[in-house]
Amino acid sequence: MIHPIPSGTRDVLPDEMRELRAITGALRAVFEDEGYGEVWTPTLEYEEVLRRAESGTDPAYRVFDDHGNVLALRSDMTVPIARVVASRYAAAEPPLRFHYTAHAYRAVRPHRGQMREFLQSGVELVGAAAPEGTAEVLRVMCRALDASGLQDYRIALGDASLYPALLRSHDLAPETASRVLHELVTRDFVGLEREVLALGLSDADAELLISVPQLRGGGDVLDAAPGPVADAVAGLRQILERLDDTVTERVIFDLGLSRGLGYYTGAVFDVLDPAFGAPVGGGGRYDDLIGKFGRPLPAVGFALNIDALHQALAGEAPA
Amino acid sequence: MSGIDGLTIAVPRGALFKETLDVLDGIGIDTQPVRDNDRRLLFEECGIVTMRPSDVPTYVEAGAADVGITGKDVLREQSEREVYELLDLGFGRCTMVLATVDGPDPGAEALRRLGVMRVATKYYKIAAKYFEETGRQAEIVEVKGSVELAPLTGLVEAIVDLTATGTTLRENGLIVREELFVATARLIANPVAHKLKAEAIDEMLRRLRERQPA
Repeated sequence: MIHPIPSGTRDVLPDEMRELRAITGALRAVFEDEGYGEVWTPTLEYEEVLRRAESGTDPAYRVFDDHGNVLALRSDMTVPIARVVASRYAAAEPPLRFHYTAHAYRAVRPHRGQMREFLQSGVELVGAAAPEGTAEVLRVMCRALDASGLQDYRIALGDASLYPALLRSHDLAPETASRVLHELVTRDFVGLEREVLALGLSDADAELLISVPQLRGGGDVLDAAPGPVADAVAGLRQILERLDDTVTERVIFDLGLSRGLGYYTGAVFDVLDPAFGAPVGGGGRYDDLIGKFGRPLPAVGFALNIDALHQALAGEAPA
Repeated sequence: MSGIDGLTIAVPRGALFKETLDVLDGIGIDTQPVRDNDRRLLFEECGIVTMRPSDVPTYVEAGAADVGITGKDVLREQSEREVYELLDLGFGRCTMVLATVDGPDPGAEALRRLGVMRVATKYYKIAAKYFEETGRQAEIVEVKGSVELAPLTGLVEAIVDLTATGTTLRENGLIVREELFVATARLIANPVAHKLKAEAIDEMLRRLRERQPA
């Protein structure tokens, strides 16, 4: 008898499970060694609590409990940990260091082979501001990836506040700015050029708005960045100065990097590997998120998608 | 062809095929092997893979090709694909239209009397979105083959389809009622390749911009 399971979910059988455990075990050992403590939080939370994050993505799966409360499956671990910090560590001396290996749940588009349920490992560093906190998390992430055995990965590093700051310098109406930003978030540079040219700016200003998000590469990329984004660029330089060569040689600056979640406030990063067509993981600074739960603390973290990491490792292995 | 070595390029067969190969020749990629053999699909010697235009975003999104060329119509229909749209190549110019049989507009008539227009298309999402945005109710019928047949047989009142010259529409007694948008060929890139092969992709972009006056 074949009994179906929901699309976007799957069974893991022993051969694969051993490989997944080897990966998560290697990551966990690094996180513990770096002084991070592991947490579990409930898979189901009150929807209204998760919504405080204003992440821009609604929980995909909701149920009513026996009292009529709306419960939701978490879509990442960052928001539950923000809740934990505000409610369970309300008076604890920062910085606080947590790591997790847990499933999260997102909506899928049909026929795309996307997972509704996926396993993430990551850390959250709470109460450590930029640039030190960001540099620590990047160092831990690279150490963890090295421990997993991944060879050829690179870190694309950008700043979520960079392009909005550049747009602000032109005093645009909010709906105009959000239309331009939409083109960037949907990765459409043809549309970006069309929207920017429609703004009626000087040629030089328009050229900057079009070219800056396409800048990516080594440190020379930062030299090409214009005045209005000087703060964000200075922030990226400060991170780089605090990293060892083993990490900096992995870094590619990407001034157009925009991660989908709405709560990022500063540096953001993606883990890219030539053996996998999408980011293996990523993260960034979310300095306002925990404040929304009642304890204003700067924070930074990352999550690695274990299935993606597993596939990248398999893709890198000599055939 | 230094600079763009090492890129795998997804090339669409069909209407955009010949012009795509001409453009690639123009930026220093030797496409002769592709022209010489129309049954082979993979041409490792020039870094080209050939496929249906609607498959190009699939291969590029997964990283099976680093960059690809396909029509804006395909990209609009598959708008959820996580690929970078880098350049409007300008060729392959077509218009997405709403067409019906000539004479009194049967679509408008259906909307007035029945409250809903039946529309056949290969572009389900584009058509559904267009009717939603224009505040009209439509029943979208997805067909795979010649869309022009559908209104002639009474299956639907109207079609949403891509037309270059309008010849096929005319020959089947159909006329354009509304134009949705103009579609041209676009260069797209895989998000990971866009960072990890930035130099090669930027070099390709530079050469493509040079050959087409902006």
